Amino acid sequence: MSLFSSDNALLQVHGVTKYYGSRIGCKNVSFDLWPGEVLAIVGESGSGKTTLLNCMSTHLAPTAGAIEYRMRDGSMRNLYQLSEAERRLLMRTDWGFVHQNAADGLRMTVSAGANVGERLMAVGDRHYGRIRETANDWLGRVEITSDRIDDDPRSFSGGMRQRLQIARNLVTQPRLVFMDEPTGGLDVSVQARLLDLLRRLVSELGLSVVIVTHDLAVARLLSHRIMVMRQGHVIETGLTDQVLDDPREPYTQLLVSSILQV
Amino acid sequence: MTYAPQTPSESAYNFAYLDEQTKRMIRRALLKGIAIPGYQVPFASREMPMPYGWGTGGVQVTASIIGKDDCLKMIDQGSDDTTNAVSLRGFFKKTAGVATTFETADASIIQTRHRIPEKPLREDQVIVFQVPIPEPLRFLEPRETETRKMHGLEDYGLMHVKLYEDIAKNGHIATTYAYPVKVNGRYVMDPSPTPKFDNPKIDRMPALQLYGAGREQRVYAVPPYTDVKSLDFEDYPFEVQSFDKPCGLCSAEGVYLDEVILDDHGGRMFVCSDTNHCEERRAQGLTGPMAAAPTAAQLSDGNEPKPETRT
Amino acid sequence: MPVRLYLNAVGKTFTMHLQGGTQIPVVSNVEFSVSAGECVVLGGPSGAGKSSILKMIYGNYRCDTGQILVTIADDIVNIAGAEPRRVLVLRQNTIGYVSQFLRVIPRVSALEVVAEPLVVQGSSEAVALDEARTLLARLNVPERLWGLPPATFSGGEQQRVNIARGFIGRYPLLLLDEPTASLDAANRRVVVQLVEEKKTAGVAILGILHDQDVRDEIADRILDVTNYRADAA
Repeated sequence: MSLFSSDNALLQVHGVTKYYGSRIGCKNVSFDLWPGEVLAIVGESGSGKTTLLNCMSTHLAPTAGAIEYRMRDGSMRNLYQLSEAERRLLMRTDWGFVHQNAADGLRMTVSAGANVGERLMAVGDRHYGRIRETANDWLGRVEITSDRIDDDPRSFSGGMRQRLQIARNLVTQPRLVFMDEPTGGLDVSVQARLLDLLRRLVSELGLSVVIVTHDLAVARLLSHRIMVMRQGHVIETGLTDQVLDDPREPYTQLLVSSILQV
Repeated sequence: MTYAPQTPSESAYNFAYLDEQTKRMIRRALLKGIAIPGYQVPFASREMPMPYGWGTGGVQVTASIIGKDDCLKMIDQGSDDTTNAVSLRGFFKKTAGVATTFETADASIIQTRHRIPEKPLREDQVIVFQVPIPEPLRFLEPRETETRKMHGLEDYGLMHVKLYEDIAKNGHIATTYAYPVKVNGRYVMDPSPTPKFDNPKIDRMPALQLYGAGREQRVYAVPPYTDVKSLDFEDYPFEVQSFDKPCGLCSAEGVYLDEVILDDHGGRMFVCSDTNHCEERRAQGLTGPMAAAPTAAQLSDGNEPKPETRT
Repeated sequence: MPVRLYLNAVGKTFTMHLQGGTQIPVVSNVEFSVSAGECVVLGGPSGAGKSSILKMIYGNYRCDTGQILVTIADDIVNIAGAEPRRVLVLRQNTIGYVSQFLRVIPRVSALEVVAEPLVVQGSSEAVALDEARTLLARLNVPERLWGLPPATFSGGEQQRVNIARGFIGRYPLLLLDEPTASLDAANRRVVVQLVEEKKTAGVAILGILHDQDVRDEIADRILDVTNYRADAA
């Protein structure tokens, strides 16, 4: 698998601005995301990174600007001009969204197998045996043993829930996955396992990822490129190790120097 | 079903209780429902002189379509003489003064709670269902805003999640009543809490089906001869319940049976849920293995009111 | 031999905003080239900016002024100012970097860690693993460790895993950042051999090597970085 073999951007963000009343959510953000690229958006709480993520993932309409996505047929479409049906199909086939709180991304009252199988059923798979086989395969890939396939995620630990959420998202082989603090709130050892799993899956599947995190170690491990946000503005962007090893902006230097060294 | 206002038997009320404006409003909703089979049409449900859960939706639908020449059959779980059926029949006798019957074949309107008669219905009949919860997606997606969008976009994967869960937990689809169906290849519909045994009857049924949910303020409809398909998986196809014994009283097979407890020593029997069907067969001299048992005899003709005659 | 790397008027200054915006000049007017099959070693005392130059070439550090030109077949790319994705592709196919410190990836076996760059360059998994085994054996990493993640290895073992990982790829340009520091004599010999093999294969090599013996053996030229001291410019 070769990085960035395509010369066509997968996602193009043009001048995206979101105001909450007179308050800035994010202001004039533009960038391209390439197939197979992992982009980390870092910054402290309230810096606008989640607002930007929600604008990109069509959960929140921007006040100004445009977001274009290259559909599977190769055409570039403005996300906010898609019909609701197209948008939903996109979100459940070509996209994934991994929430910080797994309960927001899972159906807590149905079994792990059904959680993974839901997307398949939504796109018309009507063969129980096949759905279950695929679900089982994906549970294995996120290291959940097959004897848990009929258990509710309510009985899962935080790390397992997060892994289940990832399987649920990846089962339709999406091309773009949004992640909002996917390792937040997990124990450090659980975090490490999850990060490793994500790193593997992302490179195996050649996923493009936009990951929002305040944890620079997560950004370092997973991302190719970093965007640093502060007060709604992108203040610095570049190769991940370049931004972390040679931060230029005062705020980025502060952020990098604030990492605890173990 | 044309109707001209007239003097009902209880003259203080309008014919069939509801005022004419309300009936018109409900008829408009029903027409819309018929035009879009399986689609839940909101309507301004009225307070009825009975509690929610007693068929306020079905009663309003019946009141809106009934005329003085109609003959009404009212059943509750297949039976003409249980509390719900008796009181609702009484309600229409009082407020509309129409003829009522126990005979499926004689009725022009059949209002039902949780069953469809065994005798096939005809084109000149209308069946009205009492519906407690019209939204089949409700238990998986509680947000009404979301379920309406899902219907609008034909986004029904979630229904199969429910069936998947059934198979995963029970080895087969364990949903036995209110079994979801797809109407006319488009809308997923809750056929009201009838046993899934009755689902094949609503597929291409010659009679018009009207569904009313009073508390939830929804009506929906299935026009005659509309395709109604029960949801299933390719490798777990839909099937109805089957009973290994015939009816204890009339020996009928291929009908839906109720279990009846006879005593407190474990004695029990299975009998037709459709009481009218059972009686008709016994009147023809067909008897089941339990028909002679004294406890069963009491059950079959002990406290039963005589069938009413048409007025 | 063709020039593979050319630095032209390269300069770098750190601005420490957390210390009142102090400017720390590192290097300026750096100019040199490295040809295919040549090994150039940067000399000079600690703090002279050797490491910074290497990191600018690899794209770890930004280059403030000048150009860093790398030839790829008939193409010339200026790393200073190249798009991030361009730099990543260069790192995948063109520029290798061998340091003494392994950035440990949890739960990946030493063998896979070593084989990965070759797989990414398009070799089959089998070929890459085979070559990884050869390299680990040459660098005297005990075979019983190959299947284990290197996180628990000793410092020396981790370093040798990293050297193997650095040498496995087919890069036309290789940057060496003290690969032999703290290695024993036998393994230093192996590294010298590996470098010689790369040179023979036409790889352009730029390194920092404090080890006098190793430096004398592999260096074709030694550049004194103090000439590029920013304050001297």
